[in-house]
Amino acid sequence: METIEEKAKQIFDVHAIRADFPILSATVNGKPLVYFDNGATSQKPKLVIDSIVNYYSNTNSNIHRGVHHLSQLATDAYEVARSKVSHFINAKSSSEIVFTKGTTEAINLVAQTWGRNYLKPGDEIVVTAMEHHANIVPWQMVCEQTGAVLKVIPMDLNGELILEEAEKIIGLRTRMLAMMHVSNALGTINPVEKVMEMARKVGALILLDGAQAVPHFKVDVQALDCDFYVFSSHKMFGPSGVGILYGKERILAEIPPYQGGGDMIKTVTFEKTTYNDAPFKFEAGTPNIEGGIALGAAIDYINEMNHDEVLNYENSLLHYGTEALLNIDGVRIIGQAVQKVPVISFSIDGLHPYDVGFILDKQGIAVRTGHHCAQPVMDFFKVPGTIRASFAFYNTIEEIDSMISAIHLAKKMLK
Amino acid sequence: MSIAAKEAEIVEEFEMFEDWTEKYEYLIDLGRALPLIDEGLKTEEYLIKGCQSQVWLNAELKEGKVFYKADSDAQIPKGIVSLLVRVLSDESPNEIVKTELSFIDQIGLKEHLSPTRSNGLVSMVKQMKLYALAFQS
Ligand SMILES: Cc1ncc(COP(=O)(O)O)c(C=O)c1O
Repeated sequence: METIEEKAKQIFDVHAIRADFPILSATVNGKPLVYFDNGATSQKPKLVIDSIVNYYSNTNSNIHRGVHHLSQLATDAYEVARSKVSHFINAKSSSEIVFTKGTTEAINLVAQTWGRNYLKPGDEIVVTAMEHHANIVPWQMVCEQTGAVLKVIPMDLNGELILEEAEKIIGLRTRMLAMMHVSNALGTINPVEKVMEMARKVGALILLDGAQAVPHFKVDVQALDCDFYVFSSHKMFGPSGVGILYGKERILAEIPPYQGGGDMIKTVTFEKTTYNDAPFKFEAGTPNIEGGIALGAAIDYINEMNHDEVLNYENSLLHYGTEALLNIDGVRIIGQAVQKVPVISFSIDGLHPYDVGFILDKQGIAVRTGHHCAQPVMDFFKVPGTIRASFAFYNTIEEIDSMISAIHLAKKMLK
Repeated sequence: MSIAAKEAEIVEEFEMFEDWTEKYEYLIDLGRALPLIDEGLKTEEYLIKGCQSQVWLNAELKEGKVFYKADSDAQIPKGIVSLLVRVLSDESPNEIVKTELSFIDQIGLKEHLSPTRSNGLVSMVKQMKLYALAFQS
């Protein structure tokens, strides 16, 4: 029988891919870098890095303003990037794509425009027990402002949502279902279709936090039929400081603007200002132009890959890593959902995640330790934090082996 | 023993170790000898703010000398705080306030000095000096 390792090697030329990511050949503390913190942010291929250099070397100019040559070039490049994003998630049109700073800003935007204007006392916003703080706090803030109430769909000890409970929680008072597509702390791929179905029945709007989904699998917003979909460029091999709010055209047209300033207006007088159309009415001020363009380059990079191969390969990393970790005495995996992206959160009996993370770092291995911006998840599993290894398609079986021996050393040292 | 003499002693102890694993194993061992803060004092009030592991610290003044007790839920921070307690305990508030510790750098634990590292040594030292300052007045 083939081992997982053999299978992984056959389906994917990972070494060719690694060569596209300059940072992956770095050393840390004298050891080859093993980068397993992709859930926090991914590394960038040369194509993306070059596109930023190229922008500043050849195109730099402000957009949507000048008639001059460079301004046209920059505007075109930025708008081409918007249309790449639109195709990437299969939106109906580019006008459904709003550039933001990131997932966090995209959620705050919806909370403060739609939420602040339409929520009434007693209205309910439904989230899940595994949300990132970015999909909790903005809603709590708008609840305080409007008198709306936050409701939480619970999960079980495998890190899967309890759908029977969701049925009870989503009801006639639900105005918004705001849930993560994929969990950053647990790796769970949520059964969003089933939960969205419940929300649709009661006429609630739906926002999906796709920050951890888009780096791993193809997302089709029309097939999902959600009202909003949000994600961050930096977790999908693009630059930081850029994120995307997808919103259905009809809804974006209805809701009021976010911040005021340049670019988001049609006409301004001291008596009355009229607003630009979506997406521009949500994009006040000069945006992260090179960031948007480089996100376009990241999408080009992803589009070049064979998605089935990536999926298979990442799955083999997940399974190999899970088995190898479970072979270590005292390891407990936090998050054992059936459907997972290659994210493994774990704890080791008697050891603090900080100590383990520190000793792994000494050996060149970058994992995340702590609460992963999901304190309610840590409380639920009764751990102070976890150690999280989150993989991308450029990681290898050999790197997992290095992590495993690094953990053995950590265990020996920490006894 | 003066603060400087205790620092020199620690530097000498750490010079015995060739590689980082031995050094950290020793640091972790030292943590086990730390004078522990009372369980009842492991509260918000005695916590040194840091986001990853918890370090609690308390100090008492006895006959003009400061004595520290501490604890942590993680072993490496506990080892580090134990070094600090060893160097600064049993000294007068004046000595503690004016001291500039140099041993950390010398024993190659410099990485813990970064002010942005969670549970950095910097905030531990600051907290210890604050106690001394309070005892001074
Ligand atoms: C699921 C999820 N949502 C939201 C965020 C916040 O993303 P950003 O910090 O890029 O705004 C993250 C990032 O950790 C995440 O994993």
